[in-house]
Amino acid sequence: MAQASTSGGTLDFPQGLNGESLLDIYATMVLVRTLDERVWMLNRQGKAAIVASAQGHEAAQLGSVWALKDHTPDYFCFTYYRNLAVHLAQGLSPTEIMSGFLAKVGEPLSSARQFPLHGADLSRKIINLSNVVGTHVPHAVGWALAAKMRGEPTVVAAYFGDGATSQGDIHESMNFAAIHKLPVLFLVENNHYAISVPQSSQMAVANVADRAAAYGMPGVTVDGTDVLAVYEATAEAAKRAVAGDGPTLVEYDVERYLPHTSDDDDSTYRTKEQLEEGRKRDPLLKLQRLLTQEGLLTEERDAEYRAVAKREIDAATDASEAAPYPETDSFFEHVYANGSGS
Amino acid sequence: MAIVTIIEAVNQALAEELRRDPNVFILGEDVGKRGGVFRATQGFIEEFGEQRIIDTPLAESSIAGIAMGAAMHGMRPIAEIQFADFIWPAMNQIVGEAARVRYGTDGKLGVPMVVRSPYGGQVRGGLFHSQSVEAYFVHTPGLKVVAPSTPYDVKGLLKAAVRDDDPVIFLEHKRTYRSVRGEVPDEDYTLPIGVADVKREGTDVTIVTYGLTVHYSLQAAETLAGEGASVEVVDLRTLRPLDMETVLASVKKTSRALIVHEDNLSFGVGAEVSARIMEGAFADLDAPVMRCTGPDVPAMPFAPTLEAVFMPTADKIAASLRTLLEY
Repeated sequence: MAQASTSGGTLDFPQGLNGESLLDIYATMVLVRTLDERVWMLNRQGKAAIVASAQGHEAAQLGSVWALKDHTPDYFCFTYYRNLAVHLAQGLSPTEIMSGFLAKVGEPLSSARQFPLHGADLSRKIINLSNVVGTHVPHAVGWALAAKMRGEPTVVAAYFGDGATSQGDIHESMNFAAIHKLPVLFLVENNHYAISVPQSSQMAVANVADRAAAYGMPGVTVDGTDVLAVYEATAEAAKRAVAGDGPTLVEYDVERYLPHTSDDDDSTYRTKEQLEEGRKRDPLLKLQRLLTQEGLLTEERDAEYRAVAKREIDAATDASEAAPYPETDSFFEHVYANGSGS
Repeated sequence: MAIVTIIEAVNQALAEELRRDPNVFILGEDVGKRGGVFRATQGFIEEFGEQRIIDTPLAESSIAGIAMGAAMHGMRPIAEIQFADFIWPAMNQIVGEAARVRYGTDGKLGVPMVVRSPYGGQVRGGLFHSQSVEAYFVHTPGLKVVAPSTPYDVKGLLKAAVRDDDPVIFLEHKRTYRSVRGEVPDEDYTLPIGVADVKREGTDVTIVTYGLTVHYSLQAAETLAGEGASVEVVDLRTLRPLDMETVLASVKKTSRALIVHEDNLSFGVGAEVSARIMEGAFADLDAPVMRCTGPDVPAMPFAPTLEAVFMPTADKIAASLRTLLEY
């Protein structure tokens, strides 16, 4: 498991990861956080109609994508509304993502018919169809079933939050995937709140992963603010899927630093003290600290990452603000493959 | 041309599509060893294997949702919902999700899946094995809804549904499964989705109907012929898209329209067909459009006397025709 570190530090890297890739993850995380903060600000300026922030979830999302890249021959992601970091890591540009938040021309997933980050981008291996929580997980299982039938080596990652795990669709999906040993990773970003409802009112078990046993699959809970722990657990699950051993439930214990969405007010259900406590686990600060300790990140390099991110997000903001809203001439298109069908 | 029942037509259509296209597969409750509770998939697991004929857990939402996921990735799944009365847990996946994929991805993805389900009553099915569910689906842009009445139509339309690039809800009236027989060509054929069929030509009044009540309408037309009235019977076959061209041509000829369906009276197919007749043939009408349908009670009751009150029978249709002709 442990590999020789490329750094001068003492870190035991999970197999597949090294100092250089960890710096890549860090640079991406800086970009994600910068983008996330910007779209929140654009919401407060009245320019972005709705934002669901990924702040606090970044290590879970990026560590898992890196593990999928490193440990599967091919993979596909079924994402949900908080997966800004997954989308960026999958190759969507900040401008493309920003154009979604502003509902402008150039939005690649739904041509701005849908909320930000929703629709499909098959070349980036992303489907995020719906705002209805948990509905996409059966689709992920169906996609995996199809891949298996077609003899493709695809591993399917289904991302969802703790709130989604109360949905029947999730239970049905895990059950089916386990019966058929499908190559699915059930990736739960547990930020301990379904909007305002705390975990204690959502489930009687301590961890979502405790439920995995009921479906006959392994379940593991890791610190989702620790990118190394995320990477290692996800890589393990990916290897099982690739080997034909079936699905795994991986639970990332994360923090949600902002309200559920830009339309929520979390001061009505959690205290400042709670939030401050959560900030101590900030995945970005944690990774920054780790890389610095390991001698992989200098202050100069860090400043450069942040400057590059700011420039990129500034450019994305300018481009998206300058872009027009979609024309309405295609309003009736794509209800059916052919014709209007009414 | 062989004479087959409707359930045999379903079985033939499915088997032929499974043989034709390796991407076609079936999933549902008891579709494997049992061959389906109505025998729609009898013999399939032996011929096609358990990889393509999948006995699922008893969980309708994921049957639809998993079919949908597979359909988005190049497969042509046929999901069986054992009784239409059990389709409600899958409503979110079908209406909420599948119907919106093409529009919500601006055409990047489609869902070429078929959801087959036996529906309808007069089988002593009571409240939860008799329901007509079509109105809930026809309201939804993105779905196609097919409800044929003869073995020929069932086979040709089911094969077309499997080859269609959009989600198709394929409703099979279970009372017709073994009670209706008809000729079916030996060679491969499909029928176009969205095209109605004039099952009997007439000049005095048009019946617009589908499913089991096509047969009762034809009986009523025969009765009225004995009374000197000429009744045309239009079988919609597909409810969405709706073939108003055929309906309007008939109504313009007869000037009178009776809509017959087993589903509840209000807010259903009858209301939509009626509105479109008003929009398209108002000046041609000699009487208001009328409806002869199941009543507005939650479902068909179990006891035979109660079941009889619910069903739009040939006698009730004949009575409605007389009222309409006398208007």
